[in-house]
Amino acid sequence: MEAGIFTRIAQLCRAREERLSERWRALVSASLGGRVPETQVDKEQREILDVLLTALALGAGRDIEAEPYAELRALLMELSRSRAQQGFSPRETAISVFALKGAVLDVFDQDGDAEAFREFVAFSQLIDELALLTFETYARAREEVISSQAEQLLELATPVVKVWDGVLALPLVGTLGSARAQVVMEKLLQTLVDTGSEHAIIDITGVPAVDTQVAQHLLKTVMAARLMGAECIISGIRPQIAQTIVALGIEFGDIATKGTLADALVLAISRTGVSVGGDLTKRGR
Amino acid sequence: MDSVPILKIGDVLLVSIQTDLQDEAVMALQESLAERISSTGASGVIIDISVLDVVDSFAGRMLATVAAISRVLDAETVVVGMRPAVAITLVEMGLSLDGIKTALDLERGMRLLSGDGALA
Repeated sequence: MEAGIFTRIAQLCRAREERLSERWRALVSASLGGRVPETQVDKEQREILDVLLTALALGAGRDIEAEPYAELRALLMELSRSRAQQGFSPRETAISVFALKGAVLDVFDQDGDAEAFREFVAFSQLIDELALLTFETYARAREEVISSQAEQLLELATPVVKVWDGVLALPLVGTLGSARAQVVMEKLLQTLVDTGSEHAIIDITGVPAVDTQVAQHLLKTVMAARLMGAECIISGIRPQIAQTIVALGIEFGDIATKGTLADALVLAISRTGVSVGGDLTKRGR
Repeated sequence: MDSVPILKIGDVLLVSIQTDLQDEAVMALQESLAERISSTGASGVIIDISVLDVVDSFAGRMLATVAAISRVLDAETVVVGMRPAVAITLVEMGLSLDGIKTALDLERGMRLLSGDGALA
């Protein structure tokens, strides 16, 4: 591309920088609806405008991937990433850049000649490219937010708690998909090793539905724990789930199942060799 | 070829597997273990695999075979120190190691054999 096509427009803008950034800020602030402090918008835009004009004055062309625009690209990506994390829509983010065109046009409106207009069209295309860059970064940043949230959810949802000396409890809440079942299994087994516990209670009171896949995961976890020298008890099977399990023909084999976490705890403690008081063992369901 | 050491503690034989086993080493282990059981009249065999972090189907079957041999020779086998990753792999491969006792660590394994399952 021809070098220096924007040098004149850069000079014109530089001469009117104060008016230009004021107009730009007014346009953007209106679209953001006051959710970002004006002083912050002003600071961001002055910085962007300054970096942009400097690059243009140095003879940067149309290609926004070119070296002179490196700093500008970094600034815009930073801007759209922070907008994405604050929950702004991609439209609001891209408008921050597009509004510059309006601002330049408004300011140039008075003293525009044919030559300046031709330059403005090329300038406008450049701004479009820059705005698209923020859009791309925005989408990527959103995806990062989503995947990090999914990860956090995965960790939040699988606590392994020690309820007695040598007894762990794993209260499962929510749907048990393959990925989550894998995390649950690994975490339980690792905690068994770390704490030297020989008994684990898997409580499924909070699992809304048990299908063959979930049952398969449970069975695998129990088998793996057994291979390591620990016994699992499954508790919290609700009546409907018991019916589903039987209807699906799932065999829990010799795995101990108990109605409530309390019953499972009594069984686990008595297995550790501690005698449990009579009133505890006889407690009704 | 380095062979796996078989230690005798009381009437228990301790096999501590320290490295990933090659197939010949496994065959040699089976042979020497069978000999030691019958020569010492051991009543229990503990296989410590706490260092093992990778298993293949051959190693999995080896454990089952060793246990079966020991049982025929009237000795009980306890596998101790299996890591979570190994346990998951074995389950995924469909090897449930039926008839083998397991314990979290060596100490619990010893107690399991001496207490004859009183604490199990």
